[in-house]
Amino acid sequence: MNDDVRWTTVCAYPRLEPERGVAALVDGEQVAVFRTYDGRLFAIGQQDPISRAFVMARGIVGSRGEAPTVASPLHKQVYDLRTGHCLDVPGVAVPVYRVRCRDGLVEVAPRPQPAAGDS
Amino acid sequence: MSERSELVVVGNGMVGQRFVEALRSRDGGGRWRVTVLAEESWPAYDRVRLSAFFDGASAEELSLHQPDDGVDLRLGEPVVAIDRERRRVRTGAGEYRYDALVLATGSYPFVPPIDGAYVAAGPDAIGPTPSLRPGVFVYRTLDDLTAIRDFAKGRRTGAVIGGGLLGLEAANALRLLGLGTHVVEFAPRLMPVQVDEAGGAMLRRYVEELGVVPHLGVATTAIRSRPDGELAGLTLSDGAWLPTDLVVVAAGIRPRDELARDAGLTLGERGGVRVDAGCRTSDERIWAIGECAAVEGTCYGLVAPGYAMAEVVADRLVGGTASFPGADTSAKLKLLGVDVAAFGDAHGTTPGCLDVTFTDPATRVYAKLVLSDDARTLLGGVLVGDVAAYPALRASVGGPLPGPPLALLAPAGDGTGTGSGIAALPGAAQVCSCNGVTKDQLVGAIAEGCVDVPGLKACTRAGTSCGSCVPMLKQLLSVSGVSLSKALCEHFAHSRQELFEIIRVREIRTFSRLVAEHGTGRGCDICKPVVASILASLGNGYVLDGEQASLQDTNDHFLANIQRDGTYSVVPRIPGGEITPEKLIVIGEVARDFQLYTKITGGQRIDLFGARVEQLPKIWRRLVDAGFESGHAYGKALRTIKSCVGSTWCRYGVQDSVGLAIALELRYRGLRAPHKIKSAVSGCARECAEARSKDFGIIATDNGWNLYLGGNGGFRPRHAELFATDLSTEELVRYVDRFLMFYIRTADRLQRTAAWIEAMDGGLEHLRAVLVDDSLGLCAELDAALARHVGAYSDEWRDTLEDPDRLRRFTSFVNAPDVPDPSITFEVERGQPVPAMGERRPVTLGLPTTMGVPS
Repeated sequence: MNDDVRWTTVCAYPRLEPERGVAALVDGEQVAVFRTYDGRLFAIGQQDPISRAFVMARGIVGSRGEAPTVASPLHKQVYDLRTGHCLDVPGVAVPVYRVRCRDGLVEVAPRPQPAAGDS
Repeated sequence: MSERSELVVVGNGMVGQRFVEALRSRDGGGRWRVTVLAEESWPAYDRVRLSAFFDGASAEELSLHQPDDGVDLRLGEPVVAIDRERRRVRTGAGEYRYDALVLATGSYPFVPPIDGAYVAAGPDAIGPTPSLRPGVFVYRTLDDLTAIRDFAKGRRTGAVIGGGLLGLEAANALRLLGLGTHVVEFAPRLMPVQVDEAGGAMLRRYVEELGVVPHLGVATTAIRSRPDGELAGLTLSDGAWLPTDLVVVAAGIRPRDELARDAGLTLGERGGVRVDAGCRTSDERIWAIGECAAVEGTCYGLVAPGYAMAEVVADRLVGGTASFPGADTSAKLKLLGVDVAAFGDAHGTTPGCLDVTFTDPATRVYAKLVLSDDARTLLGGVLVGDVAAYPALRASVGGPLPGPPLALLAPAGDGTGTGSGIAALPGAAQVCSCNGVTKDQLVGAIAEGCVDVPGLKACTRAGTSCGSCVPMLKQLLSVSGVSLSKALCEHFAHSRQELFEIIRVREIRTFSRLVAEHGTGRGCDICKPVVASILASLGNGYVLDGEQASLQDTNDHFLANIQRDGTYSVVPRIPGGEITPEKLIVIGEVARDFQLYTKITGGQRIDLFGARVEQLPKIWRRLVDAGFESGHAYGKALRTIKSCVGSTWCRYGVQDSVGLAIALELRYRGLRAPHKIKSAVSGCARECAEARSKDFGIIATDNGWNLYLGGNGGFRPRHAELFATDLSTEELVRYVDRFLMFYIRTADRLQRTAAWIEAMDGGLEHLRAVLVDDSLGLCAELDAALARHVGAYSDEWRDTLEDPDRLRRFTSFVNAPDVPDPSITFEVERGQPVPAMGERRPVTLGLPTTMGVPS
């Protein structure tokens, strides 16, 4: 199963500043990659589903309750980095990507295709 | 052990899932052992939002599944028979004994008897799983949607049979799949059940604009295939031929009652398992809820009544006596991007009722209120195009109107225009109809300590489904007199002023230390910029170094202003608005070379729009080399000090307003504050610089300067008040220094100077005592703090350009630094580039209206 996954190397781990995101291109999709305070990695879609602009990596990272979060820099809706769910607007979400650190490199897997309209 | 009873639930749709959750939360003693037997292979998902699947939502995102060890959930195991005598249900895999059995089997899509709809002959095959002809689909489950999506690949046109709610959803799905889309509706208008004729006409215009072709007042008589087996098209009742590659039948639903029928339970006259007001069937051990149930003979095809039934049965199974409260069949939807709402007696069927209608072809808004014959009681209504008034109106059905009818119907702009009516609502009014939460329940929750919207959501479930009532929740909190906590956010119980003192006195230099010692969690977009601003005010140096970088809002982080399409605008400082021709030429050249939209701002500066992040350093390089520095247009900081031409050129000028404006702007540039700060200097009483609409404004007199404090433009404009007269330049600067530093230290987050002075005990008099008479003994410290700021100022653009590490963050993509963001595209308007709108939504800002109801 793992063999099917094409991991894309995004950058060296230290390139990620804690609690700040970077944008990356993964199989032509824009992905926002975050490193939280405790060193964990998260990756979500770069497009803000509300404004439709590709800006999520530029939001402020923080927490709400137990959830690690990022706030859209445009209108500040807050998203759970683990699930992609918007915590302020029910029913709104960003896609979540698999991300890992291997040999000091941050790698992101493209989303499994059947999830959305293939184009 | 002997106390445990067996509960079997048939079906795991939205209502079945809600029932299990409701029972589990009530059954604290663990009396019931719960088994759920489900036909679909997916655990419960949000069928109401099913269409979001075509908009990119994954099956996981639609899931309503809550892991619960106390529930035995068996997917893909449909019940095939009920043995009431032995109290057992049978599935393909075995038998399950029950003490109580709950049927939540929902409904199946109805396929009218259309010639050619089926592979085999015959409308007799109608049932839950009819063998439809290839290319003919129903629209009910995730599997249906997957099948439609797969079939649509490479095909060009689709038709939906049925122009109701589900039909329009299906039409949108086909549109999103890229098919030319037709809708065939037997009634003479779209959504005939929900909206009236005029509403349907407005809806039709929206739908046509999206390229969907409605065929109204006609039935489908036959579905025909080509010789190669591909679908050919539809024959309509008026004889027309409609070629199409795919058909979705969305002509209504029928209750799944066959299990009950086979078991000999009493059915409703028009189908459905007949239940009483307690949702109990003719067998006292068996209950039915949701779309399969006929409460006192009536089936409901909406989720809200189903949820109400789920709560009733959960209550009854733990010994309660709840009964079905009657159904709210209101609906608010976004269909094909059009907001539509209908509630109560939408069609005005009550004898003697009156209509108030409002149609605005320009804004495409249609609204109708149905009132009782004495025009005092709201019976129902229809809204198309703008549904801002829906929550307040729906909650008012059966009671008095929350305001004058026309004021309620006319578009409210920010959606709150009608909201103050919540105070007038009766306690029994349902504020959240999705979850059946009344105003009384919300008031009770507030009394028990829910002090914010998230708290109310968690406590009552109100606002957790469609969300349309959230503005009402906010109003209810405020009219309930909830004393707002001074806590900045969930991470700090302190006000901004308290945090300022903590950071200053304890000499805290990092957010991490602050939150570890004085807060909880890891901060958010509210507290982090506040702390960033405080650290900057206390002279922590370059705002983007070390951990401070993670605290900055995107504008401060990129030292530019983010715009709607994710690009940034750049504003070089032009102190006092005075600029040389050489510098003007440089700005023009930079704008030309980077193809930036250029506009003179309201503050006598020039804004350059449309820069991508990776272009920012290149643009600054050119500007900094020409002698410009950052204008801090992005920060909660001193922005601009506007001026007239003063005594230098003007016939009337009595002082050098330009010279003073430049000196002050350079003195306070980069000063971080709770809110942006603006100022102006006018050279005479003619006030050409509009100084009295500024945080601090200065007007020349024959003898010196008059200082005005606490004005602003913006959302709630305010004139500044006269603070001191005929000041020397030295006195003036001293008072402004102290004013700014005192404000920075003691104001709340985002509190402008006007509100800050207003909230001060003693107002302007008190301020005068502090700043002029030093009544608090603070002045020496305020003076010193401002002097430190002036001495330590360094241009952030230049600092960034000089450091490769700092420059590294200005790339579009970390793994493709040379690739510009492909989503950013421009159109040309009046000869300049502007963002291509594409699918981006406009930003709506609440503007004041005159239609508000007295609060």
